Amino acid sequence: MENTIEKFQFIFLVAGIGFFVLAFIVSGVVTVNALTNLPYTTLDELSQDVSPYFTALSKQYPEQFEKYYPGGPTPENYREALMLARNTYIGEACWHCHSQQVRPVANEDVRFGPVSTAAEQQHELMMPQLMGTRRVGPDLSREGGFRSNDWHAAHFYNPRSVAPTSVMPSYTWFFDGQQPNKKGLAMIAYMQWLGTNVER
Amino acid sequence: MTVAVAAKRGAKPLVPQPLINLGLVKFHMAAGFIFLIIAMLWGIFYALQLNNLYPFPGIELFSPGRVRMVHTNGVAYGFIVNVFLAALYWAVPRLTQRRVLSDLLGWLIFWVYLFIILWTVVGIHLGYAQAVEWGETPGAFAANGSWLFPIDELVMVGLVLIAIQFLTPIFQFGSKQPMYVSLWYFSVAFIWVILTYAMGNYLPEFIPGAGGATFVGLFIHDLVGLLVTPLGWGMMYYFVPSLLKKPIWSHAVSLLGFWGLAFFYPLQGVHHFIYSTIPMFAQFGAVVSTVAIEIMVVTVFINFFMTLRGREIAPVTNMPIRWFYTGMVFYVITCIQCAVHVQFWAQEFVHFTDWVVGHAHLIMFGTFGFWLIGITTDLWPRVVGRKNWWSPALHEAVFWMCTIGLASMFVALTSAGLVEGYLWKGLAPWEVSLQSVRLIWLFRTATGLLMFAGVLLFAFNMYMTATTPEGEEAALGLKVAAPAK
Repeated sequence: MENTIEKFQFIFLVAGIGFFVLAFIVSGVVTVNALTNLPYTTLDELSQDVSPYFTALSKQYPEQFEKYYPGGPTPENYREALMLARNTYIGEACWHCHSQQVRPVANEDVRFGPVSTAAEQQHELMMPQLMGTRRVGPDLSREGGFRSNDWHAAHFYNPRSVAPTSVMPSYTWFFDGQQPNKKGLAMIAYMQWLGTNVER
Repeated sequence: MTVAVAAKRGAKPLVPQPLINLGLVKFHMAAGFIFLIIAMLWGIFYALQLNNLYPFPGIELFSPGRVRMVHTNGVAYGFIVNVFLAALYWAVPRLTQRRVLSDLLGWLIFWVYLFIILWTVVGIHLGYAQAVEWGETPGAFAANGSWLFPIDELVMVGLVLIAIQFLTPIFQFGSKQPMYVSLWYFSVAFIWVILTYAMGNYLPEFIPGAGGATFVGLFIHDLVGLLVTPLGWGMMYYFVPSLLKKPIWSHAVSLLGFWGLAFFYPLQGVHHFIYSTIPMFAQFGAVVSTVAIEIMVVTVFINFFMTLRGREIAPVTNMPIRWFYTGMVFYVITCIQCAVHVQFWAQEFVHFTDWVVGHAHLIMFGTFGFWLIGITTDLWPRVVGRKNWWSPALHEAVFWMCTIGLASMFVALTSAGLVEGYLWKGLAPWEVSLQSVRLIWLFRTATGLLMFAGVLLFAFNMYMTATTPEGEEAALGLKVAAPAK
């Protein structure tokens, strides 16, 4: 009987399934349950409020904008741009070098802006979450409105042109020649959106 | 023994089958090292990006971010899991005195697994990565909704097949009698990885923000803690006593180590997001259980080093034992580091920095990489039907290149992390933090090249061992002839 603890059934059921399910409930389910009363915003709702920076893009790059987002800076086009940019942000692993969370320590609120809250992250662009675990470059969760569209265009094309010590890659495939293409316009719109859902 | 076992089970008594399918061991091992070479090369490319020396600038397919994800996934799934599967095909039949369920299933798993890794590499390079750290394998649908390939589902099926393949002999053996320590670890690893993979690859896609981060944290952690760690320690409990030809020091301590790991490891995932927006009770709980796991670490460490008592010379004379015990030293450094840097005061300046990258390299290469190279050192000549390695002396060079390369990379990244952390906290301009670690990053690339050269030499030795004709004289002859060619 004292050998039960070393038999397959006991180990498989207690350690293999039991302990995992226990931890899944204690760490995961209970935690997520504590967040369920926070309101969730869909991308459709977010994109109703078209950013002035998106409108500005349609003036700054009129041919490119009309080519890729015909109809001007409408909520539908804004939605499409934000979605494309979020997917590009994931596919290019931007989230492996830039975080999207401001912590309440290490003077981060002085450097980046207001400390992140769970409520501000309950929206479709944070699903899957993009909080990040590494900062080669700075945090981006308060990036919106911090720099101009032109700065972002120059920075995506060649980061060294505006930030000489940067180690960020040049994303030349966001451009047709030197004009931002669909992805480039979307990425600039996304950068200018980040953090605009927070009171500042 | 094989014949007796086969006869007892009444399975083909006339033609006794070999206990171990050497072909499967060989193929998984070879595939593992091919992927290790690819993954390390990709890692060097990414390190060069941080030096602003990237060799393929402006090429979308080789976007450095994508290269980074192929590096981590290639090491974890291409190398570590493949060579673990090879070692399982060797160890499980010996420990259970039974063959694995089916050779045909084994080959099916091998080719399906190869397809999954190749798809992962291609999918990430095409820009379809999934936003889950260590789980970037593209989902069934691209993020824009277009249909890709149901690879996650195929992985789930594959994991169940792997579990059936190995758990069948383990169940037949271990349901009636107490099992050896290694089999405890193997029994749980297969079910844990199924549950972990399902959790990490589905839930974060449907839960936004902090809730999703909770499950991503659990996934990142459980993949290391509930797949790689139990398989690794299970292998150590098998290979170390069999190579030292003496039993493990204390069975009671083995029990303590196993149950400590099983209970505390799954509870820690949230510690990857300390000071994030995840509710604080979850963060506190994760920190407490992370410190508690040190019980398991210390007991296992004591157990193995006491086993070495009386055979202290073994790490000098026996190459696999040297890889194993060096890996254990790195393991203990990593785990002590865990208990310290998980604290809130340390997370304040360590989180987001290169410290974490150093930590990850120490555990993935320094511990599990070393153990798997050690296992390969022991098994490869036998698997390819040779008496010895083509060049046993080469192992010495490989060992020191990997050890010096890894140790100096760890020191470099850890110090870079501290520099970054304090400069950020001190509100230095961002460029200052980049400028301050510029030379450390250059040095890091050099250490990576040293490790890569070591692994290349090892793979070369594997190739020569497999292709050199049998017989010591022939091996010697080729060894002399090779440079002239």
